[in-house]
Amino acid sequence: MRLFDVLGPVMTGPSSSHTAGAVRIGLTARRLLGETPKKAEILLHGSFAATGRGHGTDRALVAGLLGMQPDDERIPDSLALAEQAGMAFTIGTTVLRGAHPNTALLRLEGADGRKLEVMGSSIGGGRINICQIDGITTNFGGDHNTLIVHNQDTPGHVAEVTAELSQRNINIATMQLFRSTAGGYAVMVLECDQPLPEELIEKLRTLSGIVKVTGLNLDDPEGGA
Amino acid sequence: MSFSSVQAMLDACKKNHLPLWEVILQSDLLESGLTRAQSLAQMRHLWQVMVQTSDNYCASDRSNSGYAGGDAALIEAAAAQKNLLTDGYLAQVIAEALKTAECNACMKRIVAAPTAGSCGVLPAVLLPLWRSGKADEETIYRALYVCAGFGQVIAARATLAGAEGGCQAEIGAASGMAAAALVEVQGGTAEQCAEALAMALTNLEGLVCDPVAGLVEIPCIKRNVIGAVNAVSCADMAIAGVVGHIPADEVIDAMAEVGAAMSNDLRETGIGGLAGTPTGQAIRDIVTLGGI
Repeated sequence: MRLFDVLGPVMTGPSSSHTAGAVRIGLTARRLLGETPKKAEILLHGSFAATGRGHGTDRALVAGLLGMQPDDERIPDSLALAEQAGMAFTIGTTVLRGAHPNTALLRLEGADGRKLEVMGSSIGGGRINICQIDGITTNFGGDHNTLIVHNQDTPGHVAEVTAELSQRNINIATMQLFRSTAGGYAVMVLECDQPLPEELIEKLRTLSGIVKVTGLNLDDPEGGA
Repeated sequence: MSFSSVQAMLDACKKNHLPLWEVILQSDLLESGLTRAQSLAQMRHLWQVMVQTSDNYCASDRSNSGYAGGDAALIEAAAAQKNLLTDGYLAQVIAEALKTAECNACMKRIVAAPTAGSCGVLPAVLLPLWRSGKADEETIYRALYVCAGFGQVIAARATLAGAEGGCQAEIGAASGMAAAALVEVQGGTAEQCAEALAMALTNLEGLVCDPVAGLVEIPCIKRNVIGAVNAVSCADMAIAGVVGHIPADEVIDAMAEVGAAMSNDLRETGIGGLAGTPTGQAIRDIVTLGGI
C-alpha cells in the first residue's frame, strides 16, 4: 500500500467505504453522464441500505452527483444543495442479486432527457468498482483515465478504437469487453496511462457503429465528455 | 517499493546510514513517482487537516444517530476543574482522541490514519506536543513518515481493515503507528520505534470489530482513546529501554493470524460482541426503524 493510502485520504467522515466510497460512486456516475443530473433515483443495496443513513451514504452519493470530492466539507448539506442546484432526487432501497454488500444503483437523467443507469460498489478504503452501466456488466474503479465506448456488437470496433489510441501514443493499462447479447449492444472499457484528449473522443464519436463515447480524465474531476 | 518487513526497514537505515523517516520517504518516492517536494507538501496538508479538525471541534455537534458527540468537551471541562486522575499531556491526549473521532462520526473532515474509524489516535498523541512547543512541525513530519512506514508494513503483512482483521487492524495498527511516531518525536532510535510498535500492537492483539448498529460510533470513538493512551505508554516503555521480546514482524504476523481466526460476526458486520448485546440490538433497532 502506498504511503499516502496508509496516511490519508483526507475525507469527510464517518466511513471510507460508506461515505468516501459513496461520494466517488456518485462523482463517477456524474462524470459518466457529463453533467449534473436533472433527476436522480438513488437505490441502496445491502449494507448501504441497512446502515447508509447513519453513515451519510445517501448524502455522500448526492454530493458526488453534484461534483463534490470525498473531502468536501459540504457533504453533510448535500441534500439541500441538490435542491439549489436544480437536481431532483429520490432515495430508496433495493435488493440487487449477487451484488457486493456496499452497492448503489443510480438512475440519472440529464438536462436533455438523456438517461444513464450506473451500478457502483464501494469495495473498501474508499475504492470503488463501477459494475454496471445501462445494465451491461463493467468492471472499473474510476482511478485511471478511462475510455468507455458503447458500440454495435459487430466486427472491427476494437481495432478502430485502439488504432486511434495508438496514433496518439496513449498506452492502454487494462481493456475489457462486455456485451448484452450477440450482435446487440457492447461496451468496451479501456483504462489508459495518459489523459484522453477531447478531440479523440470527438473523433471516436464519428465512427460508424459507435453509439456513445465517454472519457473520464483523472486530472479533470468535474469533467467528462 | 514499500517495505514488507520492519527488519528490512531497520537494515536499510543501517546500510545507508540514514534515519528511519528518510528511508521511508525515499522508498515511497521511488514507488509513487512523487517528487520530494510534492511528498512533503502532501504530508504538510495532512497535518494541517489534523490540526483543523481538532480546532473546529464543536461540543454541540451530534452524529446522525444522536449517539456520538460532546464527549471531548466533557473531558476538557473536567480537566479544567482538576477532577481527573490524569492531567497535563495525558488528559489532552484523551480529549484529542475523542475530538477527532467524534468529528468523524459527525461527518466532519478528517484524515484516515490509517482508517476513518481510527482517525483520532495519531492526532491525539501528536497535537498536544506540537501545541505546547515540545515538537516543531519538522519533527511532526518526520514522525508522520515513520508512522506511515510502519503502517505500510502492517498493510503488507496483515491488514488495516476491520472487516478483515477486526479492530486490532484499525485501532491496534493506529496505536502501533502512533507509538513509533512518539518515539521518533522523543528522539529515540529506529529500533526503539519498532519496539514501541510491537508492544502497542501486542497490547491490543485480538481486539474485535463489533460496531453497534454497524456505525463508526459505539465502541469506535472510545477505542481511539485506548489506542492513543496505549501508544503513549508503549513509547515511554520503549524509550526507557523496555522490550517486548517478540520482534515487530512476528507480532504483525500474529495479528494477521488472529484476525483470520476471528468469527465473521466480530469483523465489522455489526452482529457479534457489543453489537449483539440486548442494548446494542435495541440501539440498532432505534437507528434502523427511526430512519436514521
